Amino acid sequence: MSENKSLKMSYEVVGNDFERAGEASTKIKKMLQRLGVPADVVRRIAIGTYEAEMNAIIHAGGGNVVAETFSDITVITVSDRGPGIPDVDKALEEGYSTAPDYVRQMGFGAGMGLPNMVKCSDDFKIETAVGEGTIIVMRFQHVK
Amino acid sequence: MNLREVQQLLDARLLTGEEYLNRQVGECFGSDLMSDVLAFTNRQTLLCTGLINLQVIRTADMADLCGVVVVRGKTPGEEIIKMAKENCLPVMTTDYTLFETCGLLFQAGLRGCSKKGVLL
Repeated sequence: MSENKSLKMSYEVVGNDFERAGEASTKIKKMLQRLGVPADVVRRIAIGTYEAEMNAIIHAGGGNVVAETFSDITVITVSDRGPGIPDVDKALEEGYSTAPDYVRQMGFGAGMGLPNMVKCSDDFKIETAVGEGTIIVMRFQHVK
Repeated sequence: MNLREVQQLLDARLLTGEEYLNRQVGECFGSDLMSDVLAFTNRQTLLCTGLINLQVIRTADMADLCGVVVVRGKTPGEEIIKMAKENCLPVMTTDYTLFETCGLLFQAGLRGCSKKGVLL
């Protein structure tokens, strides 16, 4: 665990607001760039965060996106009070999606979101309960 | 190949990003599926797409893409151009289809994002 000081950013995202979807991830990305986190790591964090943010906006009526960054690690937590995921193993399969057609028309809902979060992060945890919501925690090492 | 050469090759109309046209293109990816752009591209990839909404620009920004070519002669709305400008992302539009656009770029030496594609 890092002993150094951390910087925390927290954003609320609104369900089905596709005009502003991605704003939280953009702000987090810009802050990490300013802090001097390596570009390839910032890219992985940005993609993982954006996927999780989009999921909260598409499936859960919105949620919270929190980034906590230390000198050696960034932790992204995306939580919502949405419907939860009945079958997490299925949701982690590439190509499995429950997104409605209007989301697919925007270029999302291809069933790549959760697998991509797993791929981008160094550690991925998901807690979900039907009717209660979902919490995703992704950890990203700045140096491997 | 840089973005200026891409613009000439595709006879494309530049919508924003004149100051970034010397940017080198790493690889190229053609898709209307932003989920796949996020999953399969690398930094400095050029995106060719027929999709025109704000999420295309967000996706390009998140994935550190070098630019966007809009195909099939479509013109994105002002909001999209504004967001691209804010994110230092060049956007151009060409009358060629996605297939033709990718074919021309491939013929000119650009390659895709898959490991297998490097061997082509």
